[in-house]
Amino acid sequence: MPRTRLEPQFAIEYLSILDSDGNLDTALEPELSGADLKRLYRAMLLGRRLDERMLRLQRQGRIGTFAPIKGQEASQLGSVFTLRPTDWMVPSFRETAAMLWRGWPIEKFLLFFAGYLEGGQPAPEQRDLPIAIPVATQLPHAVGLAYAIQYKGGDAVVMAYCGDGATSEGDFHEALNFAGVWHSPIVFVVQNNQWAISVPLKKQTHSRTIAQKALAYGFPGIQVDGNDVLAVYAASREAVERARAGGGPTLIECVTYRLGVHTTADDPTKYRSDEEVKAWERKDPLTRFVAYLEKKNLFEQGLEEQVDAEIARAVKAFEATAAADPLGMFDHAYGELPPHLQQERAELEARLRGAVARRADEEQPAPPPDPPPMRGQRRTSRWQN
Amino acid sequence: MAKLNMVKALNLALLQEMERDSDVLVIGEDVGVDGGVFRCTEDLHRRFGGNRVIDSPLAEAGIIGASVGMALYGLKPICEIQFSGFAFQCFHQIENHVARYRQRSQGRFHCQIVVRMPYGGGVRALEHHSESEEQFYAHIPGLKMVIPSGPRSARALLVSAIRDPDPVIFFEAKALYHAAKEEVPDEIEAMPIGRAHVDREGKDLTLVTYGAMLRVCREAADVLRDEDGVETELIDLLTISPLDRETLVQSVSKTGRAVIVHEAPKSFGAGAEIAASIMEGAFLSLEAPIRRVTAYDVPFVGFAREKATVPDVARVLGAARETLAF
Repeated sequence: MPRTRLEPQFAIEYLSILDSDGNLDTALEPELSGADLKRLYRAMLLGRRLDERMLRLQRQGRIGTFAPIKGQEASQLGSVFTLRPTDWMVPSFRETAAMLWRGWPIEKFLLFFAGYLEGGQPAPEQRDLPIAIPVATQLPHAVGLAYAIQYKGGDAVVMAYCGDGATSEGDFHEALNFAGVWHSPIVFVVQNNQWAISVPLKKQTHSRTIAQKALAYGFPGIQVDGNDVLAVYAASREAVERARAGGGPTLIECVTYRLGVHTTADDPTKYRSDEEVKAWERKDPLTRFVAYLEKKNLFEQGLEEQVDAEIARAVKAFEATAAADPLGMFDHAYGELPPHLQQERAELEARLRGAVARRADEEQPAPPPDPPPMRGQRRTSRWQN
Repeated sequence: MAKLNMVKALNLALLQEMERDSDVLVIGEDVGVDGGVFRCTEDLHRRFGGNRVIDSPLAEAGIIGASVGMALYGLKPICEIQFSGFAFQCFHQIENHVARYRQRSQGRFHCQIVVRMPYGGGVRALEHHSESEEQFYAHIPGLKMVIPSGPRSARALLVSAIRDPDPVIFFEAKALYHAAKEEVPDEIEAMPIGRAHVDREGKDLTLVTYGAMLRVCREAADVLRDEDGVETELIDLLTISPLDRETLVQSVSKTGRAVIVHEAPKSFGAGAEIAASIMEGAFLSLEAPIRRVTAYDVPFVGFAREKATVPDVARVLGAARETLAF
């Protein structure tokens, strides 16, 4: 028997609308009102400026480790912008700009990175999951949400984020496979920022694109210029509309770049060249979008000051937060506190009241130790040395 | 009231809870058309359809992970992991997420999930089909860990597990699935999670056990009564975590002697926590060191050697008599 080619033959599209030189493909330009374009830019700028502010807060020891987003603002805003508030958003741990857009207050976000459990609590009606740190493990949750939406007869859509490194995890495969089998209303957004800490994409996968992985699961995948907010928006809108109309999942690979560190204790000079970073800085998603807005007379002067003032107010509110009540650790361990935890809680309460004798050397509490490193984080960094 | 084996009793609990609450659904490998490899979900697919009795792809992390998402939306998934030995492929989902979602979201979300798994030996099975891993789950804050010991407790505890707002890991002893039948009431019956059952009262020795080891301990207690004139108080834990320390301490305060029996290896097992709890609560009543009768601390031995490591009546008797003679 001869070898035959199976139909259909597969192809992956790459979408770019506004390139790094400011060239615009007017045929593909999405229909977005001036107000929407201005909102998009403001949200991208807020993400960028907060990121920079958080780096300083971390260096000053006012918050702990976090994963900066610099360079990935277009990937996040172009995609999340297409969701309705009634849709669900499932982040990993590098979606600052998208999470702010979804309504996480900046001060709550800062609390999370200052080690407060309270920072992970979505508002009562907010349809967002909290940050998930173990890589790719949030993706099956997103598929389960999408299943539940269908089960209950809703028309909401789920958007789930992960990075290029996550595509190597088993949970990525299981989630996409389940989504394909269940024909779930879900959009997977992979922010391919080229580096999983120190490991480049070529050591992560031998696949020509990440987008093509979708085809094996039986649904479309598309690769977009992740630094082009218009392209990310156009691809996401198409995917969200398809999901809402019952057309099943989509995988969007946003080709972008992590201009900063992996986390605040990572030193990328060890594994990548300045030339590479500079080349990507020329593709900065904000620069090209500013040029686009300027051409349309939509660029607002003074916006940066406005955004900075918003951040400053939030930082002030964050810093005014009372110290975490240690007893809070028992509040949400179980729905109802089992007897042994009631006992432990009582013990802590007594200790806090000073009812239990303390050793003399405990009178002056020692300064808190350095927070333990996040996955892949080194204890030392050039800033600490 | 009907006489049912454990499989039928579990099936009854699933059926009645699904009839009662349309948010309850079943997901797992072969749980649908096939009714589960042990037939615990038999006929549910026909009654409730494939959307509620989901034949999932063969992927444990996917089953648990997707169930997390369903639970966050308000559904109440009952997951079946085909054998507890395969649950390490979803252990990260259980530890990282199922157990923590209430805490992480500060009460905004919780995981009303039951994870059912067959565990334990005695059925001449291959590697990964005979182990007892309850200690891993009992150690994780945020979870509850339940192991019934027969048809009636299996049914009544599964009902409670399904209704519990917190996640419950529910171990079912394979050796008991088709063992003795028990009277199981037709109307829904629930048993509280977190409460041990005193299977028989006695004043000389406390025997603490759970799951498939209950019947071994019952037999040993009979022999102790008939041959030694010893009155054994037999405690069937039913819930491993949260542990019913009160019942344990009360019993040993009376008897002064305790032997703990479980199928899992000894070191760092449930027996260690039980012994420590007794020591903390009944130290001054103890007349003898607390003994543990467990599997040896070796990986799975193959069923040709299984009888030599899984506790049997003779080993329980040996430990009991040494404790009594101390």
